[in-house]
Amino acid sequence: MSFIIEMLNITKDFPGIRANDNVTLQVEKGSIHALLGENGAGKSTLMSILFGLYEPDAGSIRVRGEPVIINNPNIATQLGIGMVHQHFKLVHNFTVTENIILGLEPRQGLSIDIKKASLKVAELSKLYSLDVDPFSKIEDISVGMHQRVEILKMLYRDAEILIFDEPTAVLTPQEIHELMAVMRRLVEEGKTILLITHKLKEIKAVADICTVLRRGKLINTVEVKNTDEAAMAEMMVGREVSFSVDKSPAKPGEVVLEIEKLNVKNSKGLLAVKDLSLSVKKGEILGLCGIDGNGQTELIQALTGLTKIESGSVKILGKEVASLPVRQRLDMGLGHIPEDRHRHGLVLDFRLDENLVMHSYGHLPYAHYGVLDFYAIRKNAERLIKEFDVRAGQGPDTLARSMSGGNQQKAILAREIDRSPEAFIIAQPTRGLDVGAIEYIHKRIVAERDKNKAILLVSLELDEILNVSDRIAVIYDGMIVGIVDTDKTDEYELGLMMSGSLRKAV
Amino acid sequence: MPKIQANKANNSKIMVPLFAVALGFALGSIVVLITGKNPLMMFNAIIQGSTGINLARGGFNPRHIGELVIQSMPILLTGLSVGFAFRTGLFNIGAEGQLMAGSLAATAIALTVKAPVFIHVPMVLLAGMAAGAAWGAIPGFLKAKFNVHEVVVTIMLNYIALHFNNWSILKVFGSVDRVKTAEFPVTALLKDPWLAAITNGSRLNWGFLPVILAILAYWFILEKTTFGFGLRAVGFNKDAAKYAGMKVERNMVLSMVIAGAFAGLAGAIITTGTFSFGRALTAAEGYGFDGIAVALVGMNKAPGILLAGLLFGMLKSAGPLMQSAGIPREIGGIIQASIVMLVAMKLGLERILLLLRGNIQGLSFLSSDSEEAGV
Repeated sequence: MSFIIEMLNITKDFPGIRANDNVTLQVEKGSIHALLGENGAGKSTLMSILFGLYEPDAGSIRVRGEPVIINNPNIATQLGIGMVHQHFKLVHNFTVTENIILGLEPRQGLSIDIKKASLKVAELSKLYSLDVDPFSKIEDISVGMHQRVEILKMLYRDAEILIFDEPTAVLTPQEIHELMAVMRRLVEEGKTILLITHKLKEIKAVADICTVLRRGKLINTVEVKNTDEAAMAEMMVGREVSFSVDKSPAKPGEVVLEIEKLNVKNSKGLLAVKDLSLSVKKGEILGLCGIDGNGQTELIQALTGLTKIESGSVKILGKEVASLPVRQRLDMGLGHIPEDRHRHGLVLDFRLDENLVMHSYGHLPYAHYGVLDFYAIRKNAERLIKEFDVRAGQGPDTLARSMSGGNQQKAILAREIDRSPEAFIIAQPTRGLDVGAIEYIHKRIVAERDKNKAILLVSLELDEILNVSDRIAVIYDGMIVGIVDTDKTDEYELGLMMSGSLRKAV
Repeated sequence: MPKIQANKANNSKIMVPLFAVALGFALGSIVVLITGKNPLMMFNAIIQGSTGINLARGGFNPRHIGELVIQSMPILLTGLSVGFAFRTGLFNIGAEGQLMAGSLAATAIALTVKAPVFIHVPMVLLAGMAAGAAWGAIPGFLKAKFNVHEVVVTIMLNYIALHFNNWSILKVFGSVDRVKTAEFPVTALLKDPWLAAITNGSRLNWGFLPVILAILAYWFILEKTTFGFGLRAVGFNKDAAKYAGMKVERNMVLSMVIAGAFAGLAGAIITTGTFSFGRALTAAEGYGFDGIAVALVGMNKAPGILLAGLLFGMLKSAGPLMQSAGIPREIGGIIQASIVMLVAMKLGLERILLLLRGNIQGLSFLSSDSEEAGV
């Protein structure tokens, strides 16, 4: 076996931090090699070095056995290295072919030979079973297809080594499944894949070899088939991780959050939530699962007052709140962890201490007669940082923007739990987070349940729903198509309901 | 790491405007050289314009200090106006119109009310602020209620303010010479012979007191109050503010109201301090645009706006002095324009600053997404 890429003893320093510390990565030709690590472990830095975005401070790189210096991305491209970025770089009103040839347009006289290009695209698409129509416009095709266009872009440029940076973050379960098939097909045709991820399941499913990084250091390189998920998680986090959430059976009490015949329109003016009824009791976690775009977002926004409802009722502890403004709902005991923490959850340009009083800055002790008490605000931040183990470089003064995703989420969780809401709506609490943070957040959610709060957990991650919830409601096309007890169902049954092909008595 | 990064970010935040100012003066010097004059004479004029001391020929004239204050006051206030709206995420191009509304209201109170000075002057100032506030409320309301873009509305309102002002001066206040109204009674004026006397006959007036109060109020409201907290949250992230239960629309209207009040105060001070009569104008006087420049260079913070307002006031007041030294007075305008342009090229300047520190790696560090890189 020959190594197609060798990165030997790479060290890279950034001011104040060593992002890569003597890391060696050797990738065999024709393999799927996973690079595993928590956020901030140095995966992206290492790949940026390979792609010519950074120069290493020490160490060497060899491609196909030849020593090379890659100090800009063009050299990487010449060497046949291509990167599929996490955020796609596509022109939305161009066709697939136009996007792919951008920068290398084949010409016929003065005009672009689009016909020739699209033939090549179609051919590549067929060879790798990508099923992409060269003439579709980007804005008309799905996110999963966007990713395939990015892959085609690399293939069109004759890339042999494809780097996938967290490729599944934006995909639905079905699309993830299809992407894995595409990866296997690419390897069959002789390509080599480097997969950057922190999702163990995906590594287990497709990768041959896995290299684990932790805090910039190489921990181990293992063969995936001889290693189980728990072992990889332990290498990644540095301690044992439990995947199942420890919890006692729920002891549900009276109904706290009651939704009746709720109708909500989406931003396009179409009904996104249709005659939806649901109730969440004290001391239980009701999981709401469904494929993205089936009305979850609109439901959450209607419950929390960010969107107007068309008709129906929402009651918290028996009081109607559907027409109340956000602040009054919060005061009545509603808690909300929003699905998009950057858009709703935080003011990224505020300091951490300011973010931690986003709801309560107007009351004592944080304000006296309309004047903020920064001492009290700071004390509050210090307390929550300690209690929830929020890691922030400059403590309360840290800008929210400069914190990692996991710590941003912990900050939001701290702020909401501290208000001790009776009806707690939690959406996508662990999106994009690593194993350690996920474990912690699940534990805190269960702890809230055990304090007799009513929790509605909305998530696209089926594992999360199955691990944390006591009961599960499935939403499809804006309607609840089934409510089941967690211990009496499985992934398969939920999958059928999520796709609308099975209904269970509501 | 985060600590170092944050400190660095803070430093470069302050460094950019300072560096821009230095470069602006350097560019101005080059232009002076091209016209065949000595740039040192330009700096002499500028120093004379801000301290009253003439280094080249010796001598001290306090009149220049008074003129510096006079030139700085209105643009400081319009700077506060633009800056305040900007901190709430709104772009107030209408400080000019709000200023004219304030000036007209001040004229009306000055001419029609009879009261002792300690009542009349505050009435004049409050009327100016109220009129500016009302003029600012219009775009604020349209934005909040119908999502009409404030830039379009404020620009149009500038024209309406100009022509309404002229019509009122001619038709309502019966201007005889079609240029100005009758003289205001002394009780309405900010002018004071004593202030003029200690500054050797400058136009200095008591207007600087409300200006100082305005700067303090700006700082206090935005940085210290719960109300300001809400405004800043809306400015940074409307969705998060709404999620936290803040009244986003109401905050936008109130922010424009306060922004308008700052500009309206400037109008009242010009009318009853610099002048002593209402004026019909052939065109806008540019205070609104200067205010945008002041807010931009001052980074929308109270101390920054104070410094930037004084700087641009200084360039204005040095104009006549440059001219008497044989240097074209337009140089001041060129320097101001280059500073604004350089501050607007913030990202480019940051890179140059990094290069100057010999931090070549910093270039690639900046060009990639610095949030994710190297964390």
